[in-house]
Amino acid sequence: MSSETASGAAPTFRTDLTGRYRRGNVWAALFLTVTLLSVFFLAALIWTIVNDSFGYVILVNETDPESLTRDGRPLEELDAPSLAAVLEENLPGRRLRSLGNERPLAERSREDLYAIVMDEVVNPEVKATFDLSESLLAKEDIRAVLERDFPEGRLIFRAWLNLKFLGAAQSSVAVAAGVRGAVLGTLMTILVTILVAFPVGIGAAIYLEEYAADNRLGRFIRINIYNLAGVPSIIYGMLGLALFVRLAEPFTSGTAFGAAADPTTANGRTVLSAGLTLALLILPVIIINAQEALRAVPGILRQSSLAVGATKWQTVWHHVLPASFDRILTGTVLAVSRAIGETAPLVVVGASTFLSRDPTSVFSKFTTLPIQIYQWTARPQEEFRRIAAAAILVLLILMLSLNAVAILLRNRIRAKKRLSR
Amino acid sequence: MKKNLNDSNRFEVAIAREAEGGGTSPYALEVRNLDIRYGDFPAVKDVTMAFDKRQVTAIIGPSGCGKSTALRAFNRMNELIPSCSTDGEVLFHGINVYDPGVDAVQVRRWIGMVFQKPNPFPKTIHENIAWGARINGYTGDMDELVESTLQQVALWDEVKDKLKQSALALSGGQQQRLCIARAIAVKPEILLMDEPTSALDPISTAKIESLLDDLKKRYTIIIVTHNMQQAGRVSDKTAFFLQGDLVEYAPTKDLFFNPKDERTENYISGRFG
Repeated sequence: MSSETASGAAPTFRTDLTGRYRRGNVWAALFLTVTLLSVFFLAALIWTIVNDSFGYVILVNETDPESLTRDGRPLEELDAPSLAAVLEENLPGRRLRSLGNERPLAERSREDLYAIVMDEVVNPEVKATFDLSESLLAKEDIRAVLERDFPEGRLIFRAWLNLKFLGAAQSSVAVAAGVRGAVLGTLMTILVTILVAFPVGIGAAIYLEEYAADNRLGRFIRINIYNLAGVPSIIYGMLGLALFVRLAEPFTSGTAFGAAADPTTANGRTVLSAGLTLALLILPVIIINAQEALRAVPGILRQSSLAVGATKWQTVWHHVLPASFDRILTGTVLAVSRAIGETAPLVVVGASTFLSRDPTSVFSKFTTLPIQIYQWTARPQEEFRRIAAAAILVLLILMLSLNAVAILLRNRIRAKKRLSR
Repeated sequence: MKKNLNDSNRFEVAIAREAEGGGTSPYALEVRNLDIRYGDFPAVKDVTMAFDKRQVTAIIGPSGCGKSTALRAFNRMNELIPSCSTDGEVLFHGINVYDPGVDAVQVRRWIGMVFQKPNPFPKTIHENIAWGARINGYTGDMDELVESTLQQVALWDEVKDKLKQSALALSGGQQQRLCIARAIAVKPEILLMDEPTSALDPISTAKIESLLDDLKKRYTIIIVTHNMQQAGRVSDKTAFFLQGDLVEYAPTKDLFFNPKDERTENYISGRFG
């Protein structure tokens, strides 16, 4: 009544609908903009990486292969004994002895010998590299550089990400370096992480959600798990260093089981320590996510199970877990993806900076892809930037394929669930 | 919780003793001075009543009168609600189900429950019936049990060709009959029904109501309903709850045609509630 007396007219409703729509459209446009922006940044990121991973290189041979022909046959047509002879003529005696100690030249295959000749005698050296955009758009300029600065050089389009890169071990020469050790290290570390964090995380979540009383202690534990999820990863690295590398050294280096891979040097800085550290890192995330998944299971499902005389554990195992498993899996995938990309805690735990030997067991010294990338990007030479970019592509592909497997698995569980709807 | 063998099969012992002719109670369930509180709020106040064996007893009353709460106290389902506290006795074969030595799992195995919304397990039809029997260690032939149980709820002919299909593909009414079948598959003595037809259409409701007549030959049925006509149609005795009090408890005909209490009369004549 007060508004009536104030304005002198009966109160009405606003009839203007366009204003309401306009406000909604402004927000929708804003959200579209930020979405496009993030897509743009993502595309920019991928382009930068791809741009660095492919492109022309200028190679200059230390020894011209033309000079290595024998009996008029070019190098690539030579048989094993002739190749061995080429090596004996061109390599210093010290190198020949060390090669012979590994495996006598006479016993080596033709492919092996040819690779050694190419690497160590012909020894093509990368003198200049160009990124993909330059290679596509400014080929004439590149040719000019070639003719002016490296008249004896060759111009080759090189994919830095290639099969040899995937299969080769770490090397101090960028062209010869590969990510095999780092990929193996990453896979083994993540396997340890999953094997530890997944069951422990789900177990803790089941206890906290289904069994723990809602008292002060339970709340204290819950709050702390939330806090742990926010602790910077390098702190977990410190924890892993103190706990797994130092304190549990006999176990993490394998000496306690008599299974040490290289007892003199590992000192607990092993795949196992790295995996356990990453497991600790993602454990709170997995617990919180699994708790939420369990909480989302309707209470009526629990009640109907209990009402036929099921125990709590039977209810959880047969009904609650199957009903929440797809959500638990989704959260675990996200957490594991985070663990794959972690660098800082592994630096603290003691990732090897240069590892030419593959990890053979969980007690081996380790390096992982992010560590490898970090080290290569820190090198001043252009070629290392290229292989760092290629390694980033490997990491991304690895991560995406692990995620894809997990998502497929989840979808199968979902489809099963939906079928039963 | 420490339990010796005697504790965990107390009901079996008592039932076996009665079968041999020792001290049979005329009632399936006796409730004495039942008090239930949600925190400070009294939901059920000092209710004392007994339920006849192999009869249908209806509990009616307006929303919030405590009828569902009382029902859920009979098989200790209220324990899932942390703030809920229960005092008094619920005697089943002379044993107080709230006795410290009595396990709620055992209580629920003998006193089954059907809920308001049809809620079959997200599993196959077969598994919905078989699961309860299996976890309770049923030693007989499972397929036979599934068939006989589904026949008891008049669902066998409708689902016999799709036992391996999901129970959630059934219609609401079929699902609710499956839930009844799930409850009786473990051969309980008492069946608690919490507004079992309130989410169903009239035809499905009629099917379930007609089932109750058959089921009461084997089971004692206690049904909570907000539908007075339903109580009148299906029950032998009716209890009227109001604000946590048991106002009147009498044979259904007497309660509906000769209510002793003014509040009952007001309620059944539609003056409130």
